[in-house]
This record gives sequence, C-alpha cells and structure tokens, in this order.
Amino acid sequence: MLSLRCPYCGVEAEETELAPGGEAHLVRQGPGSSDEDFETYLFLRENPKGVHFERWRHAHGCGKWFHAARCTVTLEVFGTYSAQVSAPPEDILAAIDARRPGWRREGPR
Amino acid sequence: MGMRRYSAFAVAREAARYHQGWARAWDSPAPKAHYDVIVIGAGGHGLATAYYLGKTHGVKNVAVIEKGWLGGGNTGRNTTIIRSNYLQDPSAALYEKARSLYETLSQDLNYNIMFSPRGVIMLAQTEHEVRGWKRTAQANALQGIPTEFIGPRRVKELVPIMNIHGPRYPVLGGLWQARGGTARHDAVAWGLARACSAMGMDIIQNCEVTAIRSEGGQVKGIETTKGAISCGKLAIVVAGHSGVLAEMAGFRLPIESVALQALVSEPIKPCMDVVVMANTVHGYMSQSDKGEMVIGGGADGFNNYTQRGSFQHVEETVRALCETFPIISRLKMLRQWGGIVDMTGDRSPILSKTPLGNCFINCGWGTGGFKAIPGSGWAMAQLVAKGEPGPLAAAFGLERFREGRFIDESVAAGVAH
Repeated sequence: MLSLRCPYCGVEAEETELAPGGEAHLVRQGPGSSDEDFETYLFLRENPKGVHFERWRHAHGCGKWFHAARCTVTLEVFGTYSAQVSAPPEDILAAIDARRPGWRREGPR
Repeated sequence: MGMRRYSAFAVAREAARYHQGWARAWDSPAPKAHYDVIVIGAGGHGLATAYYLGKTHGVKNVAVIEKGWLGGGNTGRNTTIIRSNYLQDPSAALYEKARSLYETLSQDLNYNIMFSPRGVIMLAQTEHEVRGWKRTAQANALQGIPTEFIGPRRVKELVPIMNIHGPRYPVLGGLWQARGGTARHDAVAWGLARACSAMGMDIIQNCEVTAIRSEGGQVKGIETTKGAISCGKLAIVVAGHSGVLAEMAGFRLPIESVALQALVSEPIKPCMDVVVMANTVHGYMSQSDKGEMVIGGGADGFNNYTQRGSFQHVEETVRALCETFPIISRLKMLRQWGGIVDMTGDRSPILSKTPLGNCFINCGWGTGGFKAIPGSGWAMAQLVAKGEPGPLAAAFGLERFREGRFIDESVAAGVAH
C-alpha cells in the first residue's frame, strides 16, 4: 500500500487516509484565455511512466492539500512538499536526481 | 501463409493422424523494411484495426507491433463483459456496432471466440440509479438498442442467488440487456491474429517501439528494438501506454493511466447464468465456463503503471458483493491482477487523427474496452484507410476536448464501464 508523509502534520499516512488530486503545478487559466490554454489546463496531462508530481489531500487527517513526487512504475515516493509552491523545490529535485539519474528534469512541455 | 480452416472435419482428420498436422495459428516473422500501415499494439483493438483494414479496405501490407506478447495487456486482463446500453448516441452506436459484430465474429474468423449472449443486468441500488437506468432505457429505445428497466422481482428471477433486501445496498431494479454477455478474451485476440496472419499481415511480438520518426509533420516510420521500420501510415492502439507513445509522436493527450483490478474465485457449480454489474459498489460479477466467479473491482485514484492495483479496492468490492451475493462469502479467491487503463476526461474513447500527419490514435477506452473491440477496429480501420473518420468515429476526435463537445458517459456508466 502506498504511504505518504503529510508535510503539514507529519503523519506517515496510508493511501486509505489520503485522497488523490491529480497532476500538480497545472497553470490555472481564467477568463480571456484561449481555447488551447483552457484545454491544456482542464484536460491535457503529462501522464508520465516514471516521475510524477501530484496533489494529494490528507482527507482523513489534517485535511490539508500537499504535493508529492512519486514514480508511477514502482510507486517509490521521492518526497512530499508544501502545496504553497508552483514548482517542485530543489531538495525534491535533488532526491529524484539521486534515485533516477538522467530523468527529464525540465518538467512539463 | 494460407490458413487451413478449423472444422469438425479437421478435428477428425487430425485425430486420425495423432494431431501431427495442426499448423501454427499465426506466423512470427522478422519485420520487413516498410509497411503501408503499422499498427502499434497487438491487443484486441490493434488486431481488430488490422483485421478490418484487410477485410473491409483491402489494405494488407500491414504490421502489428507488440512490446510484449499478443493479447497480454488489457485484452488478457479484463472481465470480458459485452454490452451496448450506453446513454449517449455516439457511444451507443459504436458499442452496438461492436456487440453486433461479436455475434458473428466466430464465423467471420473461423475461430470460436465463445461469444455467450447470456444477458447483462446493471443493478440499481439507489433511487438515483433507478432514475438513471430508466433514462438510459428510454435513450436505448430511441437508439434501437433493446434494453429494459426491470423491477427487483424480475432481478431475483434472473439471479436467484442474489439477496435483494440488503440493508446497505438493496436492489431496487436494474437495466437489463438480454443480448449482452461475455466472450473468451484470449480467443478474440488469437482469432483476430490468425485471421490477420492469413491475410499476409506480420504480427511482430517482443518488439518495443522506442521512437517515432517524422519529416515535415508527416510520420515516416518507427524505431524498435528489432530495428527501424518505415511506414505510410501509423496507428497507435496501446491503451494504458498511449501517453508514452503520444510523447514520442510529439503531442499530449487528455488521458491519465490508472490501475484497474479483477479477481477470480475457485470454480464452483453453475449458479449464475447472467452478468451482474453493481456500479454503486464498483463491483461486477459473472461465472466463467470453468465455474470461477469473475469479479471486477474499482480503479485506483492515482496515476499508476504497475498492473497491480491497491488492496483496499479489492476489499471494498468484495465486501459489498458479499452483501448482494451471500453465497460467495466463503469462496476462496484464486487470482487477482491489474491492468493499466487509459481514462479520458469524459470517460469516452478517442478515435482520431493527431497533430502528426498520417498518424492516428485509438485510445481512452478506460475501464471498458473489451466490449468494443470489433466496433473499435472497424471504425479505426476506416479512419486509417480513408484518412478521415467515418460516421461511427466522427464524434470521438481529440478536438472535442478543446471544443467542449464531450460524450459524457462518466455519469451514465460510472466506473464499471
């Protein structure tokens, strides 16, 4: 079973305690944006086979949203971090570099 | 290779010579340098695409490239349910085409796919489901697809082992499609492969695509673990790995891949001769010819390529089904497995041209692709052969997400697709 450490309350939470929230760091589009931008925001996803940045909510715990970096093939978790950022922090990227040398670090196309 | 037909006479002939004369069902050739069409993915949908390219459109210089073994992905991992009782007109048309092709597929392929139109009930276990299924029955009537809403007493007659008075999940009725049913999943893949091979097509297994070559916005070929192969047209039909192939082709998809699980019990005596789906509890069950109860569960909520699935989803499914089917409570479960399903935003498939010229994609069947195999292949073959979608595929283009023309089956079908 997948388990993630909530970066807010520090609890090592099992999957049943958490609610998945999909791909992280999507750029939100509002009124005045083009159809292409809105399609990208609403529907288009990286869906990588490998390193994935995603949102989770500690639903049956402190209730807070947070971010996780996880491998979609092995379910290995590289780390969890605050929801208050728009890109993965350096220590998370370094943790991924250590485990997955040569992974595509530039992020979403 | 010429195909020797299977028949009662062939069985007798081979019996008389100790079964020494059976030929391989399909060839395993090395790839040629060029094909008119390359289909990536030798699952049901890819093989059906190749089959109808040859049968309907006369395109026979075709290769089907498969990373693993034939039918080893979701074609070999599903619960084999076939039905076409969808709410929206474009889905109903496509799935009904598939269901009707399944009826004669054994004869078409000269291969017994064991199509069993035993009937499918989708249970209504909440008032909302009652209303939803009544609406679907009305829609199906207008679409010309025979279904009916039946009350709890009729459900109990059809499935005597069912407890319709469960305290948590009472059975309030169901949507009954008498002409739905099941088929033998491996046989569908094997029969299609044999028919494709007989038409002179190459089925190349254990051959992973590593890159897609293009020039001036037109696809030119693929790089594989068995070398480079050029092609006139390319069809990507790879379900869970669609995003990986789309990235090679240089575009993104409105798809996320998640794990969906199923399990089978030890074999027991015949006790249920229809397929039962319970969408409220994310469980569905039928009895195989061997007597195993085949049970499908819910999908994981997070992106996942593991082909395993989380334990709690099995637990939830089995717990709920035990209330509705008390006799299964002491059954031992023999096997559990997962498949990677490609979920779109509107839970409807994609049959589409792509931003890359002469490259076409068939994906997004999510949790319910098996039932669609022949119809999907039929419509995809038309798209690939003509370069433009026919009436069945027209509504399923990639552009529908940008244009807001969804085929919203997430409400109509729930997870048990």
